[in-house]
Order: sequence, then structure tokens, then C-alpha cells
Amino acid sequence: MTIAEKILARRSGRTRVAPGDLVTVAVDTVILFDNNFMPNRWREILAVRDPKRLIVVFDHRVPAPNAQVAAAQRTGRAFVARFGIERFHDVGAAQGISHQLVADHGYALPGDVLLCSDSHTCSAGVFNCLARGVGQPDIVYAAVKNETWFQVGATVRYQLIGTLPTAVTTKDAFLQIAGRYGDHATQNVEFGGPGIERLSISARKTLTTMAAELSAEFATFEPDAVMIDWVGARNSQPFEPVYPDPDAGYVALREVDLSALEPLVAFPDSVIENSRPIAAAAGIRIDQAFVGSCANGTLEDLTLAAQVVAGRQVAPGVRFIVTPGSQQIYRAALHAGVIAQLADAGAVITPPTCGACGGGHLGALGPDETCITATTRNFKGRMGDPSAKIYMASPATVAASALTGTITDPREFLR
Amino acid sequence: MTPMRFEGRVWSVGDNINTDLILPIQAFYLAAEEQARHVFSANRPGWAAQVRAGDILIGGRNFGMGSSRPAARSLKNLGLACLVAESINGLFFRNCVNFAFPAIACAGVSAAFAEGDTAAVDLDAATVGNVARGTVLAATPVPDKLRALICAGGVFALLEREGLIAAASKA
Ligand code: SF4
Repeated sequence: MTIAEKILARRSGRTRVAPGDLVTVAVDTVILFDNNFMPNRWREILAVRDPKRLIVVFDHRVPAPNAQVAAAQRTGRAFVARFGIERFHDVGAAQGISHQLVADHGYALPGDVLLCSDSHTCSAGVFNCLARGVGQPDIVYAAVKNETWFQVGATVRYQLIGTLPTAVTTKDAFLQIAGRYGDHATQNVEFGGPGIERLSISARKTLTTMAAELSAEFATFEPDAVMIDWVGARNSQPFEPVYPDPDAGYVALREVDLSALEPLVAFPDSVIENSRPIAAAAGIRIDQAFVGSCANGTLEDLTLAAQVVAGRQVAPGVRFIVTPGSQQIYRAALHAGVIAQLADAGAVITPPTCGACGGGHLGALGPDETCITATTRNFKGRMGDPSAKIYMASPATVAASALTGTITDPREFLR
Repeated sequence: MTPMRFEGRVWSVGDNINTDLILPIQAFYLAAEEQARHVFSANRPGWAAQVRAGDILIGGRNFGMGSSRPAARSLKNLGLACLVAESINGLFFRNCVNFAFPAIACAGVSAAFAEGDTAAVDLDAATVGNVARGTVLAATPVPDKLRALICAGGVFALLEREGLIAAASKA
């Protein structure tokens, strides 16, 4: 069995599962976030099976941009108080994007089942667990009953080899996969191979987070010492890493040579089947450049962007917006001098939140504007006006583009 | 159990329809019923007003990719009887089931219909037929447990009956 199949079998009390099976599993962790409490979605929960399994995070629109969101956050705080939920990330010192907080705090253990009603919850699959985005009803059901259902999907295995060249990141590796293989609807993706050992957790997490764009069911990473140490340093609970069986059945086995990659750009309106080499986009004028989100708001991403812009200036007429993924990252970047480098170059640093990624606040796009973004989605209308054009690339490419005012190869600035 | 069979006029929308097209950010703060009027406002302005109760939506590959937002609820509130697509994003499919909006994957469905045709969808038999052409395609069966959940009115109806969540407010 593959990693996903093994966890599904273990957690549903079966010896084996196979693609197509419908299984019921116990859920270890349920995360609710600010949008869940909006009046057009929220249904008041009267009973919770196990409040210790719940986490509440305000992330999509923080601090509240208007009275409606402020009211939703009040509803959320009342929910937290009513059920005595201890892991609560309100606006303040522990603020951050839920998927980043899972990494920062070790909330996902290998072998776990974790649900959140945000589609990029698959991010936590970097920790060798089954994490996925579900809908509002699913999250309410799991909070109340502590269980959920999954239909077992077939698994595609990505075998990573080689080392990333300078100025090329796992965002480019993702764009390569999405461009070449398209959607993976109803399938799991599993990452492994000798190439992973030189990738940090942050770099790996970009791949699992972006798996939502492949329409993957679950994204998982094969365990290794880097991951086990990361989780062990943040969570004292015992855990058992899950390795795929040597005879695991994959619907496809695909090799990705990291050393052969170059910077790529997804063109507007679609992430899949829409990647082109940077040269094909070079010279396109931009109004805004954005680095942030659950895919690219880590200290490593901010540092990379800072390396590109350090000692230089953002082009006139360009808004370069940088949103750290969590307050912990913001403070680390502040103390490391990364925030100073970015701000001195002309970047605007916002508080940690989803912000412009979801088009909700702090960087929405106007009619006919063009943005290059290191986030998760470039759908029509995603970041504001439907006539805006959204190109997607790595934080290095976004930062380089902010300097010139046109889409630019980061290798011109990082050698 | 109540049979799940639908016959209706077809709208055909192609591959990779995402949730930002179905439930755009501009409708974020609106009440659920009003959100439905914004379906496809970016790619097919005016379409939502043309939909009649009982119409059937036919999609291509990877229908509903994207966000967890309650976009399936908007399709239901628009009065559509059901969704048939070549393949459906797993999260979107969950939302269909949970909001009691019948949805079924069916390979070959895009080519089998032109817009305006009449489709006969049988969720129990897992078949999708083009009434005028007389052709019938085999769809991917919806597991009994999920079919039952759709019949029961979805997750909120279920939890409300069990007294685990409050009744819907008018907000
Ligand atoms: S950062 Fe963007 S993709 Fe990630 S959870 Fe927030 S809105 Fe969703």
C-alpha cells in the first residue's frame, strides 16, 4: 500500500484498503478558521465530542477589515470560550495562516488525520499525515462527531532527484508538475526520492500545499530524519512514521529532476497546464508583486526575496507587498534583518494573514491590473477584479519582477 | 429510498471550472441565496438569470477545482437539479454531497451533450442519457452511504435532527 492507503487502512481498522473503497476514520485534529464563523456559513454547534482535538485560527482577514468580519470573529471567540478550546490563534502574538501554524507548532503528527475547511490543508501532508481541505459541513460534522469519510483514491508517486539550481525553488518544481501533468482529481500524490533530503521543510511544504491546485485528494511526503526532527522538536506526543510498502501500487511513477529545472511562470486564469519558461513571460509589465500565503510565506521565502532586492529599489509604479505566513515568521524575519532589507528596498510588509492571496484585503487588484504572485491561485477574479491578470511564480521571480517593473528572470539578480 | 432521477435541460460549461468562478469573491459577504446570482459572473455574465429550476449542469474534467467555499450550495440554490462532469474535484464533491446537491462523475459526458439538449440522469443506476439521441453512458456509482446523505438533506439537516447544531437562523 502507498502512504495514504496505509494510513487510511490503519485509521479505519482494516488490514487493507484499495482505490474506490469508502472508509470511515477517526479524526485527530479539526481546525476552524475565521471564514467558518461568517453568518452566511456558520451553524451554531451545540456539542463537541472532544474540544482537545479542535484548533481555532483567525487567518483569512486579520485584523478584521470591516464590521462583518469583526462580528464573525466575535462569534468565533464565543465558540472558543464555550468549549474551552486551548489552541486558539486570535489576532496577536500567535497569529498566522492556519497551514503555516500547523508547521510552526507541530500540530500534525505522522500518521494523523487532520481536517480544516480550507482547501490548502493538504499542506500538512509534508509531515507524513493525511491532511485535507473539506467543506464547512464536513468541519462541523468532524468537530461534533470526531469522524469523517474518505473515498480511497489511486496514488501518483513523484520521485525527486538532483539538487535545485540557484534562484530555482520548489515552486518552480510544482509549476513543472502542474504544467506537464495537469490535474490529479480523485488521486493522491506522494513525494519521495533522494532529492528530498536537501529540501527544507519549508521548501517541501510548498509542494504539498500546492497539491490542492492539482485537485489531489491527499499529498504526502515520505518520512526522513529532517521531518522527524522537525515534528519532534515541536510536539512531545509519540508518533510512528508511515513508509510506503515496497510493493505499493501506484497509478503512475514520475521522476522530477530538480537540477534540470529553470524558473517557470503560470500564466493567468489557471495553475494547471499553463506553465511556461520565464523567458516566455519576460518583459510583461506589472502593477503589483506579492510574496505571501500558506505556500510561500515562510522565513526562507522572505529571505530569498530579500536577497534579490537587498541594496536595490522597487521600480516606480510597482506595489511590492510581502505578507509573512505567521507572526513567528514575521518576528524571526524582523530580528534577522530580512524585514529591514525588504522595507528599505520599498516593499510594504503587512501583518501575517491570507490577505491579497484570497483577494479579501491588503492588496486586492483593480480592473485590468497585472500582478505577479508567489501564492497559490491565479484564477480569474481571485485577487479582486475579474479583468486583472495574475501570473504565478516563485518568491525569487516575484522579487526580481518588483525591481524591474516587468516579469524578470531572478537569475539576473542571484548567481 | 426516494429514487434519484432527474430529467432536464442541459447547460454545458467545459473543463476546469473553478470555485472562484462559481462563487466569486465579490459575493463573499452576501446571503447564500444572493450568492447564487453571481455564479459564472466573470466567465458567463447573465447566465445565472437564465437558469430554470430543474436544469442540469454538465461539466468537463476537474469540475470544482479550488477553494472549500460553499460553491456547491450556490449551484443548488440556483435551482439546478444536479451536476454531471467528466471528473469532479474531491473537495467540491464532498460539498455537493454535504449540501444535498446530487453530483455524479461520468466519463464521456461532455461530448455526449450539446447545450439545450435534454439529459436523463439516474443516480441510482449510475447512468446518464441523452434523451433525443437515445444514447446512455455509464457513470461512476455514488456510494450508498453518500447517496443516503444527499437524500437526508445533507450534513446540516442530519446534525440538526440529532440536536447537535442549532436550527438555521435567518441571517
Ligand atoms: S494563504 Fe491563500 S491559499 Fe493559503 S489559506 Fe490563505 S487564502 Fe487560502
